[in-house]
Amino acid sequence: MDDTALWIVSLLASTVRLATPLVLASLAGFYSERAGVVDIGLEGKMLTGAFAAAATAAVTGSPWAGLAAAIAASLLLALVHGFACITHRGDQVVAGVAINTIAAGLTAVLANAWFDLGGRTPSLDGGQRFLGLHFPLAEAVRGVPLLGRFYGEVIGGQNLLVYLAVLAVPATSWVAYRTRFGLRLRAVGENPAAVDTAGISVPWLRYRAVLITGLLCGVAGAYLSIAQGAGFQENMTAGKGYLALAALILGKWRPYPTLAGCLLFAATDALQARLQGVALPVVGAVPVQIIEVLPYILTVLLLAGFVGKSIPPKAAGQAYVKDR
Amino acid sequence: MSRAIRAALAAAALLSCAFFVPGSAPARGAEAAFFPGVVFDYGGKYDKSFNEGVLTGIERFHRETGINYKALEISNDVQREQYLRRLAEHGADIILAVGFSQAPAVAKVAKEFPEIKFTLIDGVVKLPNVQSILFSEQEGSYLVGMLAALSSKTHTVGFVGGMDIPLIRRFECGYEQGVKAVAPDDHIIANMVGTTPAAWSDPTRGGELAKSQFDRGVDVVFAAAGQSGIGVLQAAKDAGKYSIGVDSNQNHLFPGSVLTSMVKRVDVAAYNAIKAAQDGTWQAGVRTLGLKEEGVGWALDENNAKLVTPEMKAALDAASAEIQNGTRKVANYDETNGCKY
Repeated sequence: MDDTALWIVSLLASTVRLATPLVLASLAGFYSERAGVVDIGLEGKMLTGAFAAAATAAVTGSPWAGLAAAIAASLLLALVHGFACITHRGDQVVAGVAINTIAAGLTAVLANAWFDLGGRTPSLDGGQRFLGLHFPLAEAVRGVPLLGRFYGEVIGGQNLLVYLAVLAVPATSWVAYRTRFGLRLRAVGENPAAVDTAGISVPWLRYRAVLITGLLCGVAGAYLSIAQGAGFQENMTAGKGYLALAALILGKWRPYPTLAGCLLFAATDALQARLQGVALPVVGAVPVQIIEVLPYILTVLLLAGFVGKSIPPKAAGQAYVKDR
Repeated sequence: MSRAIRAALAAAALLSCAFFVPGSAPARGAEAAFFPGVVFDYGGKYDKSFNEGVLTGIERFHRETGINYKALEISNDVQREQYLRRLAEHGADIILAVGFSQAPAVAKVAKEFPEIKFTLIDGVVKLPNVQSILFSEQEGSYLVGMLAALSSKTHTVGFVGGMDIPLIRRFECGYEQGVKAVAPDDHIIANMVGTTPAAWSDPTRGGELAKSQFDRGVDVVFAAAGQSGIGVLQAAKDAGKYSIGVDSNQNHLFPGSVLTSMVKRVDVAAYNAIKAAQDGTWQAGVRTLGLKEEGVGWALDENNAKLVTPEMKAALDAASAEIQNGTRKVANYDETNGCKY
C-alpha cells in the first residue's frame, strides 16, 4: 500500500516537473495564435532562452540574471517574428521555421565559441539555479499517509518557475476572457477588420501578443536550463515547442483544456520512465520500445476520436492588410 | 530562377567545404609528414565521457610529438562515411573511428583505401587494414557494482543506460553481477534513456529517470549513458545520493556525490593505436582490453577518497585480482546471450 502511494506521488511530482515547460510554451502560443499570428517558432525561442539563461547564470552566478537574459533573448526573437509577420506581412509559418533554424544553429555555435565545451555551457551549481522550495511543515506532515508526501513533494518542493507556470494558467484565462485587452486580443485573431474599424491598431495589438509569447517562451527556456536542468546542451528543447503546440491544438486554443493537454503529455512521459523494466500484472515486463511509443499512440487516439473538432482562430496565419 | 538555384547550390557546396575545418591543420608542405585523423561519434568530443577519452589520448600524442591531427564531429548518420572518406582522401595515415555505430562506415571506407590504417574503437570490422578495439566493460562494471552494493544503505541500487544496445546491456550485466556478488538480495532498478542515438544526449531525461529511481529507494546509481549521464549525476547530486560515472573519470564533476567512475581507458587505446602507427608496430585484428590490460577499471582519486573506505578498496582489489587470474568469472552479455551467470 505504502509502495503504491509512493509510486503515485513520485509519478505526480514528475508529471508536474515535465509539464511546466509545456504549459509555459503552450500559453505563449495561446497569446500569439489567438491574436492571429501562428507561431511555429516556440521551440526556437525556448532554446534561445535556455541558452541565454544558462550562459548568463554561469557567468554572473545569478539565476535571476539568467532568467532576465532568457526573457530578453526570447523577446528579441519574438520581435523578429513580429517584424517579419506583422510589419512586413511575411508568411508566419516560414518565419517561425526560420527562427527555429537560427536558434538551433546559433545557440550551439555561440556556446562552443564562448565556453569551448562542444556546444554546452558549464554545469551550474546550486546557487546559480532555481532550486526546489521547501514548504513549511513539509517534514512534519510527511508521516500522514499519501497526503503528507503529496504536500511535500508534489505541491511543495518544486522550484519557483513551476509555481509561475501554475499561476500563468488562471492569469491567462483572466486576461483573455475578463479584460478589455483580452477581448481585443481574441477579436483580432477572429476578425481583424472589425478591430480596425473600431479604431484600434491591429499591428500594435498583435505586437503586444507576440511579445507576451516571447516572455513566456523565455521563462520556459530558463526552466529547462537553470531550474530543471543545470546547464545548456545542444538542442535541449528536443521538440517540446512542437509538443506545446500540439497541446494548444488539443486544448482547442483555450487555457484550461490546453493545461490538461500538457498534463496528459507530461504524465505519459513520466509513466514511460517508470514502466521500464517493471513487471505489470497479466502481461509481465514490457519491452522498452513498446513503452516508448505509448505517448504517441495516446496522442493519436485522442486527436482521432475523443477531442472533437479543434477550430483555430479564424484569422490565424493571415497577415492583416488594411485596404484590400 | 535556375540561376538562383545554381547560386544556391554553389553556396551550399562552399559551405560544406567550409565545414571541413580541421582541429589543427597539418603542414601540407612535407608530403611524408605523419598525421592521424579521428571521427567522433554522437555526443561530441567534449562529452566528458567516451568521446572525450579519445580526445585526451590524441591530445597526449599531440603534446608529446608535436604532430597535429584532424578531428571531425558528426551531427548526423550520413556524415560518418563522408568524414572517414574525407580524412582518407586528405592522406591521413591512421584514422580513428570512435563508437560502435561507425562499424558499417569503416567497413565500407576501409575497403576503398586499403593502404590506410583504420582503428575502430568499440566495434568490430574484420578487414586486413582495420584494428578493432573492444573493452571488457563487464569486468569494470562488476567492480563498480560491488562498490555500489557496499555503499548502499537502502539495499537498492540503480542503473541508467543510454541507448538500449548489447554494449550497454554488457555494462548492466556486469554491474548486476558485482552487486549480487556482495549482496545477493539487493534490488537493482535499471532504465534505458531510449532506443535511438538521441538517447546519448538527453540529460533532462537521464535526470528524470534517476529521480524516478531515487523515489523507488535507490541510493546509488550507475550511469552508462554518454552525455545523458551528466543529468543522472546532477540529479544524484541534487538529491544527496551517490552516482557512478562512466568511460572517462567523472569523479571531479560532483566531488562527494560521484562514488567512482567505471573508466574505460579509451585514451590509452587511442594513444597506443596512433603511437603504434607512427612506430610501424600497428597491427590489424581484434583486441580486447580488460582489467588485466588496464583497459577498464574504477577510478579512485582525491575527489572520492573520502567515500571509499579501506575495506571497500580491499574488497575491490581482491575481486580485481581474482578476475585477472581467472578464478572469478564475469559473464559477458554478448557471449551468454542474455544476462546469465
